[in-house]
Amino acid sequence: MTAPIPTTLPRADDLILYGERFASRLLLGTSRYPSPQILENAVAASNPGMITVSLRRQGSSTTEAHSGFWELLKRMAVPVLPNTAGCHSPQEVITTAQMAREVFETDWIKLELIGDDYTLQPDTLRLVQTAEALIQDGFKVLPYCTEDLIVCQRLVDVGCQAVMPWAAPIGTGQGALNPYALKLLRERLSVPLLVDAGLGLPSHACAVMEWGFDGALLNTAVALAEDPVAMANAFALAVNAGRTAFLSGAMPAQTSAQASTPLVGTPFWHQT
Amino acid sequence: MRVIINQVVHEIPSSSKLADALAAIDAKPPYAVAINLQFIPKAQYAARELQENDQIEVIAPVTGG
Repeated sequence: MTAPIPTTLPRADDLILYGERFASRLLLGTSRYPSPQILENAVAASNPGMITVSLRRQGSSTTEAHSGFWELLKRMAVPVLPNTAGCHSPQEVITTAQMAREVFETDWIKLELIGDDYTLQPDTLRLVQTAEALIQDGFKVLPYCTEDLIVCQRLVDVGCQAVMPWAAPIGTGQGALNPYALKLLRERLSVPLLVDAGLGLPSHACAVMEWGFDGALLNTAVALAEDPVAMANAFALAVNAGRTAFLSGAMPAQTSAQASTPLVGTPFWHQT
Repeated sequence: MRVIINQVVHEIPSSSKLADALAAIDAKPPYAVAINLQFIPKAQYAARELQENDQIEVIAPVTGG
């Protein structure tokens, strides 16, 4: 039996996913940093709610280069969110998720089912069935998806208690390419929404938080910054700023100017 | 017996268990294993029998986005 899906946005600042509280609404990826030390410093500077990790063949050049990563993970002591990056079939996803659950000792999984190697766009046609299988196997699924309303709704229908639509293709740093669709998702879905992929600037993250999104997951925007540690801190501040702005109830945009300074008593003014 | 471990062909004794194959590649924890796209819990390593041409994946933690 799945846990109840939240029906209202929480007023408290804690991010609540699958009944668990996270003090930060920033989720941070761990790839592409210049060094493990810079990664560790960036995590310390941004205090993310979770960090994403992955699994690759032991003995490959990738795992050889990551030989100290396990110890670094334990030292950082931040909740981990394993991903199924690189998976192109539902079975690959399910098997990878089960392996991740054993290695990382967590039921959390960032579901990535890739449909196109150039855009790394999710395979939306098989994403929902894959999410359902993982949910039934006891995983807490955070699905990486597109901004398609129907796909997102179907993910919720099969038990996903949050969805993570992309802003733009992974690693492109373009920011939200389809604000209309993302805002529509916020309007129509009551589950937590986290933008995942394609953010490049803290202002991008701030914007989606201002629209009412519950969090932001990003990696490349920090890792490839000239100063990843400072950029990680900037993103943390931006996510907080956007969230605070959303909760503060921003003024509605208007097309005509309205003077801020009172008109009565304007010097030199005379009736014409 | 021919098995493929992480896309590399290995010849191992015909009565080998999964644990034997892992020892053959000097697998070091932490890692997880799948055979022919099926996850194998570590509690089964010692008992799991291998078949000719089994595709074994041994994967370890790395950074991810």
